Amino acid sequence: MLLARVVGTVVATRKDPRLESSKLLVARPMDPSGSPEGHYLVAVDTVDAGVGETVLIVSGSSARMASGMKDCPVDAVIVGIIDAIDVPAG
Amino acid sequence: MQVARVVGDVVSTHKDPALAGLKLLILQPLGPERQPVGRTLVAADAVGAGVGEVVFFVRGREASFPWLPAEVPVDAGIVGIVDHWDIAGTP
Repeated sequence: MLLARVVGTVVATRKDPRLESSKLLVARPMDPSGSPEGHYLVAVDTVDAGVGETVLIVSGSSARMASGMKDCPVDAVIVGIIDAIDVPAG
Repeated sequence: MQVARVVGDVVSTHKDPALAGLKLLILQPLGPERQPVGRTLVAADAVGAGVGEVVFFVRGREASFPWLPAEVPVDAGIVGIVDHWDIAGTP
């Protein structure tokens, strides 16, 4: 899974019917220290995350195992809001 | 599967119900000389690993298989703790 910061929202009126009522957010992956890395991505939010929060994103076919995502055409889903990251020095 | 070092852990209270009770650890994949290679990632722990240990992990949907028949939304899972590893020709 990826750590990412939510940086924006996406509005799409016309989309796959299985994505109706899904909330789409733009996220920027980051390393454990908070530095951005890699490309922005669009992820479905299943945990009521908001802009500025640090989240956990599951990607690939595993994303469809998130709550309510069965058989949905998604490859990135926000499955958790991060409270704390602990990386001991060394 | 890939070898990695556990470098940290992640706490998340508000998460997918299927993730309840899972330990989430931060992994740094390692190369053949045990040097860090590539980006860190978050993996679910199926074997009781801890920070500082060297482990091997599986990516993709198979990462959720240790918890079958439960379907947990994880794309990286720690499936073994490495006691030692040797590659011929490397220190």
